[in-house]
Amino acid sequence: MNNNNKIFQFKLVLLGEAAVGKSSLVLRFVRGHFLDYQESTIGAAFLAQTVCLNDTTVKFEIWDTAGQERYHTLAPMYYRGAQAAIVVYDIRSEDSFERAIKWVKELQRQGSPNIVIALAGNKLDLAAKRRVETAEAQQYAEENGLLFMETSAKTSQNVNELFVEIAKKLPKTPTTRPGSAQTQSPPPLPTSTTIL
Amino acid sequence: MDEHYDCIVLGTGLKECIISGLLSVEGKKVLHMDRNGYYGGESASLSLDQLFEKFRGKGTKAPPTFGSSREYSVDLIPKFILSSGLLVKMLLHTDVVRYLEFKVVDGSYVKQSNKIHKVPSTDTEALASPLMGFFEKFSAKKFFAFVQDYEDDKPSTHNGMDLKKMPMKDVFKKFGLNADTIDFIGHAVSLYLNDDYLEKPAIETVNRMKLYAESMLKYKKSPYIYPLYGLGELPQSFARLSAIYGGTYMLNKPIEKVTFNDGKVHVTSEGETATADYVVADPTYFPDKVKKSGRIIRAICILNAPIPNTSNSESVQIILPQKQCGNRKNDIYVGVISSSHFVCAKGKFIAIVSTTVETENPEKELEPAYNLLGPIVEKFVSVTDFYEPITDGTQDKCFISKSYDATSHFETTCADVMDIYKRITGKDLVLTIHPNILQQQKEQQDEEGSEN
Repeated sequence: MNNNNKIFQFKLVLLGEAAVGKSSLVLRFVRGHFLDYQESTIGAAFLAQTVCLNDTTVKFEIWDTAGQERYHTLAPMYYRGAQAAIVVYDIRSEDSFERAIKWVKELQRQGSPNIVIALAGNKLDLAAKRRVETAEAQQYAEENGLLFMETSAKTSQNVNELFVEIAKKLPKTPTTRPGSAQTQSPPPLPTSTTIL
Repeated sequence: MDEHYDCIVLGTGLKECIISGLLSVEGKKVLHMDRNGYYGGESASLSLDQLFEKFRGKGTKAPPTFGSSREYSVDLIPKFILSSGLLVKMLLHTDVVRYLEFKVVDGSYVKQSNKIHKVPSTDTEALASPLMGFFEKFSAKKFFAFVQDYEDDKPSTHNGMDLKKMPMKDVFKKFGLNADTIDFIGHAVSLYLNDDYLEKPAIETVNRMKLYAESMLKYKKSPYIYPLYGLGELPQSFARLSAIYGGTYMLNKPIEKVTFNDGKVHVTSEGETATADYVVADPTYFPDKVKKSGRIIRAICILNAPIPNTSNSESVQIILPQKQCGNRKNDIYVGVISSSHFVCAKGKFIAIVSTTVETENPEKELEPAYNLLGPIVEKFVSVTDFYEPITDGTQDKCFISKSYDATSHFETTCADVMDIYKRITGKDLVLTIHPNILQQQKEQQDEEGSEN
């Protein structure tokens, strides 16, 4: 990694109906950069991947839904503080597109005020069975200020491009997370004790 | 959901979510349901509209002067996290700490002689503090040094006392401490709710003092940390842990029936029945299996200014020891948080006053605390029963948690979790540090090493 580069870290969440290819999209993206990455779906809280732009490096901390979207029980803490979100639908399913629109609304209502949202129509390799037209999704994205791309996790088409576009659009300010400059995680267990 | 699980968990309060997470990580198949449409049960944090609706009736909305409703996450159960306490150990054991961000609480105050004083956080502050007279400080210093040096397995540090037998009041006597100092140590440092500890073996008080001191050392300002966006983030984070390890989550599930036969628990919701080897639940799911043992009053107060005499602190704890509030047996606590922890609109402060109910007019009991707060813009008062299970659950395979008590921290909450875990599995929960965190620490050290 270039030492002159500034590194910015962002929390990115995946949203969308079950089985639209959220995890595959991320695995495709992360694997492309780390061939030695060992895949594990159980116990993988989130994955990390970096995107190098001209003068900056963007590190994504990518949160997967852990299956909590299945019964609509995704907790608000999941997208709390996220600076970026990819809302995924399956271009073969109108229902999944409707669901994606609901997620966009939820993010606009409850998410961080400046969240960058990307809409991804996945499974482009199966375009023969398309039910959601590109123009329709494109128009929705434009009206709502979203990035938009149709992707295929299978062929990798537009996967890196999607993350790069998000990386470009994210604001590169010194404090990348609300409040994070002053916050802290508990350090490891204490090593010494004194009273008062 | 018509399946068999190792465990069905009912209610998504913090205790239930920690247990769900621990069991899932161990490879148990867990189904976790809640009758509410949100996570957290009694330990949820609410938006302002939700708060008005809960206390003022359905359809009631917060007045616009409070700012946007969604800026608020108001805890129903007020607590702070001791930074060396059990909850932090659980967060490090499970690596759930990575889902959350914390900030230190600015200060801790204690009421004495009708004034509030900062609990000293450094030796310098201790010397300057008006909480003790000059000669008293000398005796107290000797006592604190004894506690600091005390080690269970080193009799040379015991000063000839057997703390496992000797009642705390005799230890105080031996060091010649006066009533105000004892009150301060017992309530502001050891965080006892009442004076029952004086008759009990001293070792517990000594351990509590050590915990307080360790917690204080971490971030210096106060021994407490608090998560951004409110305590409601805690159960959600442990639920995520459970889900990552395969736990199934369902909200909005009314529980119609729970029966116990052929060695299995049958749980019916919306006409479907799931079975499990055992069930874990909060007391509201089993009113027939719990007993009432006390009442707790909590008053959520919204203020337009910081608490007077706290140096404009954005977050504080104030302890009102029972003796400082007339004829009381239990301390009153005030926990204050504000927009610096992302729990309310800028310029607002949320003060939650709570205590164990002693009379038929519980709200009057809170008056000494109300008097410290300055003008109260809005107030939401609840009096809730404290429940505990009648049996330990090992016979009927129904493990029920206790209600959340009036303590100002999570030590008893976590102790209950550890106890339930032991009742279920037959083994102690050993709180290690998660390998991910050890790895991170190593990387950080390596980085620091290479910079030098």
